[in-house]
Amino acid sequence: MPKNNEIKRVLVIGSGPIVIGQAAEFDYAGTQAIRALKDEGLEVVLVNSNPATIMTDQEMCDRVYMEPLTVDFLEKILYRERPDGILPTLGGQTALNLAVELAEKGILKKLGIKLLGTNLETIKRAEDRALFKELLSELGEPVIDSIIAHTWEEAQQFCQKIGLPLIIRPAFTLGGTGGGIASTAEEFHTIVHSGLKASPISQCLIEKSIAGFKEIEYEIMRDAKDNCIVICNMENIDPVGVHTGDSIVVAPSQTLSDREYQMLRDSSLKIIRALKIEGGCNVQFALDPSSFQYYVIEVNPRVSRSSALASKATGYPIAKIASLIAIGYGLDEIKNPVTKKTYACFEPALDYIVTKIPRWPFDKFNQGNRRLGTQMKATGEVMGLGRTLEESLMKAARSLEIGTYHLELKDYKNVPYRSFLERLKKPDDERLFLVMEAFRQGMSINDMHELTKIDRFFLQKLNNIIKVENTLKEATLTTELLKKSKSMGFTDRKIAELTNRTEEEVFLHRSAENIFPVYKMVDTCAAEFLSETPYYYSSYEEENEIIQTNREKVIVLGSGPIRIGQGIEFDYATVHAIQALKEAGYEAIIINNNPETVSTDFNISDRLYFEPLNVEDVMHVIREEEKFGKLKGVIVQFGGQTAINLAKPLSQKGVTILGTKLEDIDRAEDRKRFEELLESLNIKRPEGRTVTSGEEALAASKCLGFPVIVRPSYVLGGRAMKVVHDEETLLTYMIEAVKVNPEYPVLIDRYILGKEVEVDALCDGENVFIPGIMEHIEKAGVHSGDSIAVYPPQNINIETQNALIKTTMALAKGLNTKGLINIQYVLLENQVYVLEVNPRASRTVPFLSKVTKIPMAKIATKLMLGKNLIELGLYHGYHPEEDLISVKVPVFSFAKLVDVDTALGPEMKSTGEVIGSEITFAKALYKGLLAAGIKLPSAGTILVTISDKHKTEMIPLLKSFRRLGFKFMATEGTASFMRDHGLMVENVNKIHQGTPHILDAIKEGKANIVINTLSNGDSVASDGFKMRRAAVENGVVCLTSLDTAHALVSALESISFGIYNLGEEIDETYSAHS
Amino acid sequence: MERGRKMKKCKLWLADGTQFTGESFGHDFSKSHSFGEVVFNTSMVGYQEIMSDPSYYGQILTMTYPLQGNYGISREDFESLKPVIRGLVVKEYCEYPSNFRSRTTLSEFLKEFKIPAISGIDTRKLTRILRNKGNMKGLISHEAMTEAEAMDQLLNTDLPHDHVKQVSIKTPFHYQNSGMRIVMIDFGFKASILRHLMERNCEVIVLPYNATPADIRKYHPDGILLSNGPGDPKDVPEAIQTVKVIQEEFPLMGICLGHQIFSLANGANTYKMNFGHRGANHPVKDLSTSKTYLTSQNHGYAVDMDSLSRTHLAVTQINLNDSTIEGVKHQHLPCFSVQYHPEAAAGPNDTSFLFDEFLSLIKTKKYERGLHA
Ligand SMILES: Nc1ncnc2c1ncn2[C@@H]1O[C@H](COP(=O)(O)OP(=O)(O)O)[C@@H](O)[C@H]1O
Ligand SMILES: Nc1ncnc2c1ncn2[C@@H]1O[C@H](COP(=O)(O)OP(=O)(O)O)[C@@H](O)[C@H]1O
Ligand SMILES: [Mg+2]
Ligand SMILES: [Mg+2]
Repeated sequence: MPKNNEIKRVLVIGSGPIVIGQAAEFDYAGTQAIRALKDEGLEVVLVNSNPATIMTDQEMCDRVYMEPLTVDFLEKILYRERPDGILPTLGGQTALNLAVELAEKGILKKLGIKLLGTNLETIKRAEDRALFKELLSELGEPVIDSIIAHTWEEAQQFCQKIGLPLIIRPAFTLGGTGGGIASTAEEFHTIVHSGLKASPISQCLIEKSIAGFKEIEYEIMRDAKDNCIVICNMENIDPVGVHTGDSIVVAPSQTLSDREYQMLRDSSLKIIRALKIEGGCNVQFALDPSSFQYYVIEVNPRVSRSSALASKATGYPIAKIASLIAIGYGLDEIKNPVTKKTYACFEPALDYIVTKIPRWPFDKFNQGNRRLGTQMKATGEVMGLGRTLEESLMKAARSLEIGTYHLELKDYKNVPYRSFLERLKKPDDERLFLVMEAFRQGMSINDMHELTKIDRFFLQKLNNIIKVENTLKEATLTTELLKKSKSMGFTDRKIAELTNRTEEEVFLHRSAENIFPVYKMVDTCAAEFLSETPYYYSSYEEENEIIQTNREKVIVLGSGPIRIGQGIEFDYATVHAIQALKEAGYEAIIINNNPETVSTDFNISDRLYFEPLNVEDVMHVIREEEKFGKLKGVIVQFGGQTAINLAKPLSQKGVTILGTKLEDIDRAEDRKRFEELLESLNIKRPEGRTVTSGEEALAASKCLGFPVIVRPSYVLGGRAMKVVHDEETLLTYMIEAVKVNPEYPVLIDRYILGKEVEVDALCDGENVFIPGIMEHIEKAGVHSGDSIAVYPPQNINIETQNALIKTTMALAKGLNTKGLINIQYVLLENQVYVLEVNPRASRTVPFLSKVTKIPMAKIATKLMLGKNLIELGLYHGYHPEEDLISVKVPVFSFAKLVDVDTALGPEMKSTGEVIGSEITFAKALYKGLLAAGIKLPSAGTILVTISDKHKTEMIPLLKSFRRLGFKFMATEGTASFMRDHGLMVENVNKIHQGTPHILDAIKEGKANIVINTLSNGDSVASDGFKMRRAAVENGVVCLTSLDTAHALVSALESISFGIYNLGEEIDETYSAHS
Repeated sequence: MERGRKMKKCKLWLADGTQFTGESFGHDFSKSHSFGEVVFNTSMVGYQEIMSDPSYYGQILTMTYPLQGNYGISREDFESLKPVIRGLVVKEYCEYPSNFRSRTTLSEFLKEFKIPAISGIDTRKLTRILRNKGNMKGLISHEAMTEAEAMDQLLNTDLPHDHVKQVSIKTPFHYQNSGMRIVMIDFGFKASILRHLMERNCEVIVLPYNATPADIRKYHPDGILLSNGPGDPKDVPEAIQTVKVIQEEFPLMGICLGHQIFSLANGANTYKMNFGHRGANHPVKDLSTSKTYLTSQNHGYAVDMDSLSRTHLAVTQINLNDSTIEGVKHQHLPCFSVQYHPEAAAGPNDTSFLFDEFLSLIKTKKYERGLHA
């Protein structure tokens, strides 16, 4: 079937903000799809509220709407755009759910808009767990004993009949929210209740647990002609019971024989045919390791995280092909974009092994519950390719950036494995490393298999690594042994450690024997057909396949896995850098290891090296690139801390770093040198001390005065950072939270409770151009990444603004910046204090680029290549502010992260962001909050518990809420304070006072908003913590900063009217920003 | 190295002079060597079926997927009793397989059948050589063989022409069943073909490749199946002659070599492909329905498209990638053939319906005959 010519204008729905379970993979898929549709001559309109995406770049589509992904907004856009079709299969669950709503409300029918790719019925049959089970039975596919429960009673009955363990899975939720495996009656009670609540239709599937089976996934495609193919199958190393998003996954499957492989292939094709999906689909299976018995776990009738992984693993661009199918093409009519000769209708053959390892946020949330289960907790992932499984696994492991370059965690070195047996059985994020440690101590494969249920095949492979470790320790380092260790993925550093050598010595040995990796191509066809895809991975093999040119080139280092604090924003900047390099006529080369992102789409750069961002691996690529043509240098400014951290080791090896020099990067990052710089420029920063003991800390706090902000010096990214108000907490912090030793001192700064401001600037060494200033809504103390920010600033007077501009220019020049610089300030009493300078592209680059229409990363790249601002049409100065007001609202994934405190503080916790743009601040904010998924009640009850230090500040705020018609509920102290100030309030018990208490109020839906500010030393056991968690788990808005609450009131005011009774005393006019 | 065991080094030589060094993990040969045509297969699973497919007779098989032997060797997955490959080339083989059906390791299995095997090879490099230069003669030898010796061997040894004779049964074989009676002419049949027929209740009589029309008539079959097999179809002229005659008398289905023999019998021509099709991901387009199927393939020769004009054959299916012929049918007789393997094993089951089509063709024919009788 050729292209459907009736479809001329298509509306694509994006996936919105990055949350756990729905991340950068949808920008990758969306971007690829949009390009494909544009190439077909279609008019493409996009709706996505996430500004940090490549897909929302103006050049990508005909029209981009960065508006909230709600039915109301989509309806408006549909009326205006009148597209012929809407493509909802690229924007994850969000887009699919929206499409269902739009269809069910009759909007699509009314406007004559076609659902492309998948029809309504298909979506429902695949997504509704009950309908899906029905379909499976009709097809004669095996289903697990289960029921669909709408009430606790139904669930209980089933439990009595089948017995535990049971698994509870809520319908229509993301990443398994609210579900889990229950082994005890108590667990069953809790999970069923939270599951019913989490499901928008109060529906849970309860089924027999088959934890321990092999978990296998098939990525498949179908066209309207009913041609069906498998793109890739994948095997989870972690058996069923751990969410695939949290599992270590290999592709292709390793332990299936042809019979099993084909059995599951047949089943997947049968299902996709029955569902009549036109596009891509993911089928998850559980396979009994000791028989042919299998079960279908679920089907995702759209592109997904797994399909992004499958695309990167095979080279087959699933999203592109899926969108071509959606507009009518048959698989047999589409050319395979990799070989350009064969057709898309074939099944990729791999001749390498792919390993994916998830990246979890527990380095940040160390108090969080690390146990892995049916709810996904990872924020990102890395992928490694190799010609041996060990090589691909080791590459992935050292791409994680969790402080290890080997399958080993220092913390567990020599910790007797008997002490962590339970953690092997009930997996958490560190299991892989614990398995390795246990093997190192001699645990047997059989024992390990019994505990973990991980297939012996994989355990053998892991044990192979230990065997080589032992040989390295014991035997002499022969060339053969060196070769063998390299082909199993060992780094020089680890070999050196095991053989008592220096890394340099190992490297010299290798150089003498010419043991270097070659680069192999990912070509979808195991070399059967000639292809020229510029997509490579390294391996210790014989033949090198790099197709070299003699052009001048530049290498851009990517940002690795997505984690809290280093998200998709950095990939955005990386992609722009590549585009700019190409525009400037250079060959653009990227090194990155994240399979979810746009930067690792082989269509983006001239050459993609899918490699760890580790010095040795990067140096190998550089060595390769230096063989031909001229390597101008390496760009480290866009890949976040990952790339900037490589600047030093690379320069030490003689590599040219483009842009700001290492020396200056160091001046910005080294605290002492930074202070010297500030002093020389006469710029203030919050006063601070470096301490190494409790006594020193107390002494420092006496000078600085409480509150202070403390952090260990050895971690970046706000980790373990805390605001401390008293001596006791300070001492506890020094003792408990941080291992104080002279090597890693603790930094103590005066905490300045002022307005936080962030400025990004471009500098060519001479002139400084400032695209924009962003004002934070929350005061300093809430991490800049977690604050609501507004552009242009709303409450900064002109003198202060000028001071900010002046300081920024001085700092940019003072650091001899070439490219981008990001500076965070805090303003107090008309003074400007510098909090931090990042000599690189920051998180705000995509947002600011979009709202100011200044392509910051591209300009920065050109500056690094030697152009100056004037040549690029810019100037020394501050870019005139735009009329439209744009608000950036952070988005959190707290629902997925059990036991993580939701209170905002100096540690970043958000996973994503959205934008709201409007003509007034209040409206922009309202939009932003809507886009962030915050359900703003226009009336109802507010539960207030506020620490003493905030009580006075809260009164005018609460009065504004009252004017809007809200009622209040508060615990004793807060309540009486409120009454004293003329507010009516209902008392509610603290937890220790007995039920019904605050938690009941939240669970029973009596409170619609919770305002709770952190008291000192709030622990997991405190009421505050429990209340905040209860709010998250029950979908109640919880505000932990009064500034956010102020902003919320003003947003609500912009859309609602007050209510007054006759003769009522009117509160003084409220202003959120006085 | 591990467990104190020292691996024996060995070498793989190609006729173009390329040499690879690896480790022996199959039949231990310290003085001898193994000669064959070096080919590659891109299937990611199914090594057991592939190695035991008689069509690989005389060939040194390279698996492009780097890890082989992961799930061991089962009792069930053989396509013939005895593997006939001349050697196996892999990147890495698995010493400790894991699968509930595994009985033994790949290495033990190869040793049992005296098949040399070499691991540690950059099989992607090897594949790219074969892709660019075509399949060529090769040699697996012990480490000590010199280049001169190897080249001498390669130059002076010819690829055999008696493949089919080597793998075909010598005396007829009978599989009782209640359904239709099929005579399968054995050019090196895969057990899965038999399995598919038996599953459809067919009684199967397997005859040697050189069965005459008279031999066949003796069994009063309902239909004839020309099996797959190794080598050049032109090397079995006696079979071509037989097919010429019997196609007039019985409904017929040909698979792989059987397809080529059927085409030759009807006046078409065949040619040697550069590196052939070996794998489980070959898209085949059915020209009448315009649907595409994924197929399992293993052939080094193909039917020449241009030569069909002289015949009564019509192309029914083509390979989507290179447009080579994947299926033909006779315009007047109830006979058809396919180049690929509808019996799969290893590979996708997309086209197993062809066996049903064959049987319904027989039924229709019987019905018509009944009318005319
Ligand atoms: N019956 C079951 N018993 C044990 N674990 C299960 C069962 N069903 C699913 N799981 C596990 O839960 C995970 C999440 O389930 P899934 O249906 O895929 O939800 P999601 O929509 O979040 O991907 C699966 O990856 C699997 O490991
Ligand atoms: N001296 C201070 N006074 C008030 N707030 C501070 C101070 N230092 C840091 N903060 C707060 O902590 C947050 C994180 O600190 P920052 O130094 O920017 O670390 P990161 O490297 O995580 O961005 C800032 O965004 C700010 O809100
Ligand atoms: Mg799933
Ligand atoms: Mg900061």
